[in-house]
Amino acid sequence: MAHSNTSGPVGRRKVGRAGGRRRPSWGRALSERRRQGLAAWLFALPFLLVFGFFMLVPLVSSFLMSFTDFRATDVQSPLSVSFVGLSQYGDLFGDAQFRKAMLNTALVVVVGIPLTMAIALALAVALNSGITRFRTAYRVGFYTPVVTSIVAVAVVWRFILQPDGLLNTMLGWVGISGPDWLHSTTWALPSLIGMTAWRNMGTLMVIFLAGLQNVPPELHEAATMDGADAWQRFRRITVPLLRPTLLLGAVLLSVAYLQFFEESFVMTQGGPLDSTLSVSYFTYNQFGFGKYGYASAASYVLFTVIAALSMIQFRLLRSKD
Amino acid sequence: MTHHTTPAGAGPTAASRRARVLTHLVLILALAATILPFLWMLLASFKTQGELLRDPSGWLPTSPTWNNYATWLGQLRIGHYFLNSVVVAVFTVLGNLLFCSMIGYVLAKLNFPGKRALFALVMITLMVPAVVTFVPLFVMVAKLQLVNSYPALILPYIASPLGVFLMRQFMLGIPDSLLEAAKIDGAGQVRIFFRIVLPMCGPPLATLTILTFLGSWNNFLWPLVVAQSQDKYTLPVALALYSQGQNATNYALLLAGSVLVIAPMVALFMALQRFFVQGVATTGIK
Repeated sequence: MAHSNTSGPVGRRKVGRAGGRRRPSWGRALSERRRQGLAAWLFALPFLLVFGFFMLVPLVSSFLMSFTDFRATDVQSPLSVSFVGLSQYGDLFGDAQFRKAMLNTALVVVVGIPLTMAIALALAVALNSGITRFRTAYRVGFYTPVVTSIVAVAVVWRFILQPDGLLNTMLGWVGISGPDWLHSTTWALPSLIGMTAWRNMGTLMVIFLAGLQNVPPELHEAATMDGADAWQRFRRITVPLLRPTLLLGAVLLSVAYLQFFEESFVMTQGGPLDSTLSVSYFTYNQFGFGKYGYASAASYVLFTVIAALSMIQFRLLRSKD
Repeated sequence: MTHHTTPAGAGPTAASRRARVLTHLVLILALAATILPFLWMLLASFKTQGELLRDPSGWLPTSPTWNNYATWLGQLRIGHYFLNSVVVAVFTVLGNLLFCSMIGYVLAKLNFPGKRALFALVMITLMVPAVVTFVPLFVMVAKLQLVNSYPALILPYIASPLGVFLMRQFMLGIPDSLLEAAKIDGAGQVRIFFRIVLPMCGPPLATLTILTFLGSWNNFLWPLVVAQSQDKYTLPVALALYSQGQNATNYALLLAGSVLVIAPMVALFMALQRFFVQGVATTGIK
């Protein structure tokens, strides 16, 4: 109702403005545009003040710091800081601990993303395959780890992963004697990757489920008629149609997993012997040692990787859709 | 589906039933893997420290006790940390709702020079790792003498780029003719925003509320660094510091604390799960 009432005046007004464009309303149109611009910036101002102060200023100062030998002690007298150019970026790649952190972060990404996506996709497909009973219960269950605090969850997982904890007790039933997961240089990182997948699969499952609901069921029915089995239907129909959703999942997970930190912080403190040290953790530690410039350089290496990878993924997302 | 089956189709029905049972089996196994840690934690929180150490992988408490919870609620003042968490989360949410919807409106509906650059800036910061701004931020907060204050816990989180993106995407879908009509009727931008646009934004505002509340409630590292005295601890900070303190070996108590930290969020999630799931599905973002 409101639409039909108002569309008239809008049309008439536009005609009127176009007709009188020559003389007086040229100035008025300009001032109206200017007024809208002013209104826009005034509306944006509260956000920009907070965002600028708490996000952009730290972001820029960190960037500048990465070219200086800024240390914690220089906070009082910033003038004593000297410019060192790119040398700290060079130092990073000669730093064995940083290389270890890069390697661990890469492992989290390379192993964690496919693992999380595969589990989430399998669950989403299962939930979407004509299962109606208990569907909400399943969905709620799988999503629960997402809403829980890592600090609290860590307490439980430390118990589960103990040498005589739940996991090893269960493995014992099938005759496997499990390791001391969190204190083994071999197993600590895989344990944390598994836990990360456990915490994140719910989010992805929900996204994949939404994507699956856009796959028209007729396509599957037609393929079934032509004699395609479930696996062929999945490979040839579901996966191609789900591609944009899968890529979105990959983008979200890479931004999250490249920043891998909290699991390691609350479970292993980066140990044993740096086996769970990530780039974020390395940066955090360097800050802790007061080496602000060096830490900033490390954090910008991470930022560059995340930005580059996201760009590539977004490009894929766009071209395939 | 099943009404296609003819008497001769007894075979396919049996096969599809088998497939369904198999699917349920897989789902139940996966559900067990997600839920059992929580169930174990809940049961173990009623054990005594002695029992927990005797049998670290046992399930049922032999003589259930409330003592762990009584200690948290009484002596350890968890109610106080709970209130801190609520205060921080509520103000963080309110700030986001206001600021993000205002700039979201600007980016979706107004034209002005610099608009594209502004949007690009907001989007790029979505990818900034937390560690990049962490220490400069702390130095600033320290210089402003805000350490150990509520503003320090709240302000850095009240203007999230994610919220801007969310609000803008939704507002793009609001028809321009509606705003034009209001303008003809003499409404200024402020009135258009508060009286017309904002009341239409229920869905994204609900999503933003949930995501922000969740993020604030579970936020850990920044509060750990900024809240330096007990009266400012949030729940995760209190739990983390407790688990590193001299009482850290009282695992039963620690598990009960974990239950108390997790329970409010899980309860809220159970009550609002439909909106949670919709929010995640439509934005694609945790």
